[in-house]
Amino acid sequence: MSIEEKVIEIIVEQLDVTREECVPEASFIEDLGADSLDLVELIMAMEENFGIEISDEELQKIRTIQDAISYIKKKKGLAG
Amino acid sequence: MERRVVITGMGTVNPVGNTVDETWAALCAGRSGIGTITKFDAAPLATKIAGELKNFDPLLYVEKKELRRLDAFIVYALACAEMAVKDAGIVIDGHNAERVGTIIGSGIGGLQTIEKEHAVLERSGPRRLSPFTIPAVLPNLAAGQISIRYGARGPISCPVTACAAGASAIGMAFLLVKDGQADAMIAGGVEAAITPFGIAGFNAMRALSTRNDDPEKASRPFDRDRDGFVMGEGGGILILEELAAARKRGARIYAELCGFGCTADAYHMAAPPPGHEGAVRSMAIAMKSCGMDPAAVGYINAHGTATPLNDVYETQAIKQVFGEHSRTLAVSSTKSMTGHLLGGAGGLEAIVAVKAITDGIAPPTINLDNPDEGCDLDYVPGRAKPMTIEAALSNTFGFGGVNAVLAFRTYRDRGKGA
Repeated sequence: MSIEEKVIEIIVEQLDVTREECVPEASFIEDLGADSLDLVELIMAMEENFGIEISDEELQKIRTIQDAISYIKKKKGLAG
Repeated sequence: MERRVVITGMGTVNPVGNTVDETWAALCAGRSGIGTITKFDAAPLATKIAGELKNFDPLLYVEKKELRRLDAFIVYALACAEMAVKDAGIVIDGHNAERVGTIIGSGIGGLQTIEKEHAVLERSGPRRLSPFTIPAVLPNLAAGQISIRYGARGPISCPVTACAAGASAIGMAFLLVKDGQADAMIAGGVEAAITPFGIAGFNAMRALSTRNDDPEKASRPFDRDRDGFVMGEGGGILILEELAAARKRGARIYAELCGFGCTADAYHMAAPPPGHEGAVRSMAIAMKSCGMDPAAVGYINAHGTATPLNDVYETQAIKQVFGEHSRTLAVSSTKSMTGHLLGGAGGLEAIVAVKAITDGIAPPTINLDNPDEGCDLDYVPGRAKPMTIEAALSNTFGFGGVNAVLAFRTYRDRGKGA
């Protein structure tokens, strides 16, 4: 499973949204109905799945699905 | 003009039923809800039995996403509240939202979440703790989540008075309606403490029955061979309404909640004193505060935990309050069937007292084979007893020396303007 697919799978599960809603430019808070605690939980799930650590400072910059995918790819040393 | 408070809606989940009707049918049939613990492996514990909910489907009441973030006690509260609000047919919107409040008691709060997240902390470190830990643990989040769901913006609170929490909540809600601070209250109690920590903690106090090989017979209030209480889970929530407001919207009225008595033993952290004078005063205050003639009380839903001390001292207290009349009234402990719901008990048992009045039935105390010395009232052993019940009390006592008694009576229209 690609990083994109895995990220979307996590989002669908955590935020209880449909795959169709998960377009790259979708904002977690504005488009997918997440609140700040949802976001913390979502990032925790990603940390766990991808074996990475995301600081609170970096968390602030992740607003959309594309942000998350790019960030994880960068962190894993892949081109984003 | 005096404001009267009536019950217009009720909801419960508990070890004998997932609705009021199911529960009442089971109680009147003398059916036990106690069994071997299935929620976790109880093998290392002295007590391996409890009253768990059966076939309860939380998704009837909360979304899947929400469910992950709520402790079970909050889910039970949302279920009870949903049934009670629906049953009352009350609509909470712009016209009354600020006049509708929420008080839900819990003895312990989110114990399952504390245990789960503490294990995460120990195993994986502080960064892995769910951000929903604290809002799932706080006892007042049952009331908080209910108020959010229904937009009820009136008074809100959460008494944490151990096994009296549900009755404390209903009593406080009653006083707020009487005082004019609210026209309706969503009030009751819930608990979800059947966890390794909950069972082990009460085991350490030697408070729980260890009749593991015969679960249905384990909760034996007033019986010679009782050996402690059996823990149950769930709770009960009622809709309390000011009479004029209830009548204005044409609500069905179950019964009147007319008195509340609350006292402290100031004696011991867990044990009641001989004669239980705090219970005597709370029963007396509940009746005196509304001018209720003790002779009108036909039924008492006893605290009746099946601990060695409670049952004898509660009996003494009832005799002290009612004198000769204690020989004729019916006193039963439905904990013989449901187990002890701790903070949920006052909510569930308030519903039982109301149903006893509306249906004219005193539910039984089961497993009462040989009444203990000093336990010589009519505990309605084994079989429900049809009888006219003008008024009923619900007794609840909690650790910390809390005594909370609710007095209900048949609803009667006392003429114009009443």
